[in-house]
Amino acid sequence: MSSAAAVLNNTQIERSARNTATIYAKEARYEFLKNLRLRVYTLSIISFPVMFYVLFGLLLYSRESIAGTGAPTYMIATYGTFGIMGASLFGTASGLASDRGLGWLQVKRASPMPPFAYFTAKVLVSMGFSAIVIAILLVLGISFGGVRMPLLQMAELMGTLVAGSIPFSAMGLAIGYFVGPNSAPSAINLIYLPMSFCSGLWVPYMFLPKVVRQIALALPPYHLSQLALGVVGAGFHQSAAGHWEVLLAFTLICLGVARIGFQRDQGKLYG
Amino acid sequence: MIATLEATFNAQQEASGTVVAGLEGVSKNYGDIRALRNVDFSVGSGQVVALLGPNGAGKTTAVKLLLGLLQPNSGKARVFGGDPTNPQNRMRTGAMLQVGRVPETLRVREHIDLFSSYYPSPMPLAEVLAVAGLEKLSERKFGDLSGGQRQRTLFALAICGNPDLLFLDEPTVGLDVESRRALWEEIRRFVQRGKTVLLTTHYLEEADALADRIAVINQGEIIAEGTPAEIKMQTGGKRIRCITSLSLSAVLQMPGVTDARQDRGAVEIRAREAESVVRALLARDASLSGLEITSAGLEEAFLALTQDKDTGENAGRKS
Repeated sequence: MSSAAAVLNNTQIERSARNTATIYAKEARYEFLKNLRLRVYTLSIISFPVMFYVLFGLLLYSRESIAGTGAPTYMIATYGTFGIMGASLFGTASGLASDRGLGWLQVKRASPMPPFAYFTAKVLVSMGFSAIVIAILLVLGISFGGVRMPLLQMAELMGTLVAGSIPFSAMGLAIGYFVGPNSAPSAINLIYLPMSFCSGLWVPYMFLPKVVRQIALALPPYHLSQLALGVVGAGFHQSAAGHWEVLLAFTLICLGVARIGFQRDQGKLYG
Repeated sequence: MIATLEATFNAQQEASGTVVAGLEGVSKNYGDIRALRNVDFSVGSGQVVALLGPNGAGKTTAVKLLLGLLQPNSGKARVFGGDPTNPQNRMRTGAMLQVGRVPETLRVREHIDLFSSYYPSPMPLAEVLAVAGLEKLSERKFGDLSGGQRQRTLFALAICGNPDLLFLDEPTVGLDVESRRALWEEIRRFVQRGKTVLLTTHYLEEADALADRIAVINQGEIIAEGTPAEIKMQTGGKRIRCITSLSLSAVLQMPGVTDARQDRGAVEIRAREAESVVRALLARDASLSGLEITSAGLEEAFLALTQDKDTGENAGRKS
């Protein structure tokens, strides 16, 4: 066979399952390292929830009780929800917006990278940073706020909040497809901060004005915080299933929006 | 002239065999802007082809169509005889694109490690670093690299999968002369492995230094194709500058002179070939001084080419 014929001979290059797994693992590992070394990311996603928790949970209201639960425990659930929202939204939306707008995603799309690996990495890394934020809050609460809970309960709280990072990562992907690289951080803050307030993450839900309490019912952070509060016995509702259903529906809507953005980019000048 | 070039090109193409990447009657619009108009273009196996043209000519669009990052409005882009978006084909293709921002907190080695994992049989890291001239920089974070080093890293990402087909979109844009020559050296080292390369550039010098074949593109149309020597002869010619006692009209009448004009104290002459004109000048004016010969710039080359084309079209309409 001539060399010219060999060039066009479509030998099927199959990627083994193991190689595919390696790509996913490396993509996630480097995404994690990239964000870990990005001080603006780590500082902002960790310092805000920690600062609020220390100020309100450990200094100002450490002896108060909310819904029958000590404030330091209650606020791990609420500032924890706030923390995972920040880690997930900034971890996905600003990275995606900048990769899209400034051409890096195009370099990756031109390569044989499985597109799904890119998104999976972003979601996994958001979950990882969420876990770090929650762990810091737990350590602070136990050390300085007299928080005591069985190990299993602690694991359940952590698991609930880390799983709760998925809907917000999906939301971040949707935002990342529709904002520019420079406007991404302000767009995120514009959604994230009012949503946190209205969901009762800063001021406990029962102290919110009535109209805001009604709005909260439509907001995903409210439902996630109620799930976390349910774990520590301070939930407002009886059943967890309803909250999970809302979060699932929200995730699917966000993924649908992100998919529209993904497909729109396929035929565009940049992306 | 173009017809002859095309004939030679076709002959060459048959000789070198298979078309590895090609556009078949491709048009691409961005809204009202026509980026490419009915372009036929191909890269044969083992060739280094340069797509040469000014900014906005459609070079990047052509590359993106061949990478499957864009879809044509009409016509077909083919790579390895199939669809460029086919993952099988992407595993045999590498690309260096113009990119505004690369993740800056990852090290050179880490970027290469990640991209290598996408390919079925990548080059070893040490080899990639050697070919791209990055041995001493592998632990450096991307954000700490100079412009030339950044381009070399992007080049490393394009070649690390040991692809059969390599796209280089304006690989040396914005680099100083030294970095540009260093990158040329690295591109040559990769080409020696018998790879097929399509590069875009707006430097005639770069196309000349690297390519076996040049396609000149302007306003979305391929206006000339041929070997670098053919293109240079067709487009540029030479510019001769001297102080002479001969009159302008006498100079204009010399064989081979296409244009002559007074420029300050000197005469500026344009000619297809410098040698015969200079010989005639010296023979007729013993007092001639300040002789300079330069290649015509690319701007003039494009002007010459587009003008050729316009007159050709007009002639066509008249007949």
